[in-house]
Amino acid sequence: MAIKQKTKSLKARGEDLSNTFFQLDVLNGKQVTDAKFTPFAKKIGEAGFTTLTPTTLEIFQLNIGKLCNQTCTHCHVDAGPDRKEENMDKATLEKCLKIIASVPSIHTVDITGGAPEMNAHFRWFVEECSKLGKKVINRCNLTIIVANKKYFDLPEFFAKHKVHIISSLPYFSEGKTDSQRGDGVFQASIKALKMLNEVGYGKEDPDLVLDLVYNPNGAFLPDDQASLEKLFKRKLSTKFGISFNMLFAITNLPISRFLDYLLQSGNYEEYMEKLVNAYNPMTVQGLMCRNTISVSWDGYLHDCDFNQMLELKVATNGSQHLDDFDLEKLKNRNIVLNQHCYGCTAGAGSSCGGEIA
Amino acid sequence: MTNNVNLRKMADNSYFKPEDLKKFGDITKWQETLGKKFFEYYGEVFKEGALTAREKALIALAVSHAVQCPYCIDAYTNTCVTKGAEEEEMMEAVHVAAAIKSGATLVYGVQMMNHNNKISM
Repeated sequence: MAIKQKTKSLKARGEDLSNTFFQLDVLNGKQVTDAKFTPFAKKIGEAGFTTLTPTTLEIFQLNIGKLCNQTCTHCHVDAGPDRKEENMDKATLEKCLKIIASVPSIHTVDITGGAPEMNAHFRWFVEECSKLGKKVINRCNLTIIVANKKYFDLPEFFAKHKVHIISSLPYFSEGKTDSQRGDGVFQASIKALKMLNEVGYGKEDPDLVLDLVYNPNGAFLPDDQASLEKLFKRKLSTKFGISFNMLFAITNLPISRFLDYLLQSGNYEEYMEKLVNAYNPMTVQGLMCRNTISVSWDGYLHDCDFNQMLELKVATNGSQHLDDFDLEKLKNRNIVLNQHCYGCTAGAGSSCGGEIA
Repeated sequence: MTNNVNLRKMADNSYFKPEDLKKFGDITKWQETLGKKFFEYYGEVFKEGALTAREKALIALAVSHAVQCPYCIDAYTNTCVTKGAEEEEMMEAVHVAAAIKSGATLVYGVQMMNHNNKISM
């Protein structure tokens, strides 16, 4: 099913914001805007955290590439069909597997992108993780399943390996979904969801989990996750006969293409103010960066996928890459913080698993 | 004076300043007891009850239009969108307000007709 893209990647457009240093300057009031907000690192001090440190490493998250069949207007990865260069090769995936196998506390391998399924080694990698007995999460944009016949059997493949599917669906109607993700995305997503339901996903089988991700379609914060989940379940069931397990409400972080949208639409300052005012110290303890390592396509290590996209590598002396992975050094690091972190601590908090507090 | 300067001057003199909504809580400064009671009541009204918070937001959006309060329209547009209301639902809510307002005007037509009949031969 064809998708008409809403935009091009910042990189393809040659925008200043495709430079991560420029993005960080904007967030710190040194470029485009002089709006300054209390530094996040200072803010968490109020909750008694002088620094933010990791807990046990449980989730090994890999961003296996920026190649995607969609160019969503809010994408923090700046992914798209033009991002063909930045994709993880087999040698790097093999290094990941070695680490995943050697660290018993890693119980989950979380695969994201881009559209991870477009990486040539995706299926092999999932099979290998499955052999290791690790839980595999795949962050699927849904439309890839119906994009080309070579992907049509993905639901069966996922089911065979009990892959936990987490899929973005910003809304239960066409207009709002397509305005964020591209014309045709909603219909393609509905078709893909039905295919996943057909093989048993999103129903009673505890091994076939299908969770959806809601992220606001504009410059506002998500509402209470439970209420939204109830609403999505009712609408998707009555309109399309679709079922799913949980809805994760995720806040859009002010980086990359969402930052571009905020600046272009004149919403940047007000949005940052909303994030800062909604700061909830109860979320700090459960931030995902504390039990996760995020690996980029070229093997560098980061505290989370957002830091990865800002090219903020882990602050360790000598363990910033898969080649010199040192669990002890990583345990003793301080997590790298910046102003975008307010996105994860606003309201009920936000993580790759939805609300925190 | 350029048009822009004129527009800015008009905006400065406007009775409606969106940023004033953020200062709504300040009304307690001059009458704390009543102000606090109002905000407690207000908060209680909009909690999830027999009606969902989303349904209450749509009602509030309709009422905001009926009373023509620009602060309320901004606030409840935000709330409706945040709570996942569809654009069609929001516009239907405004039409409900408009229908009641126009109905309330038109129903006086009966009074007009009554009076007309009374004074006419």
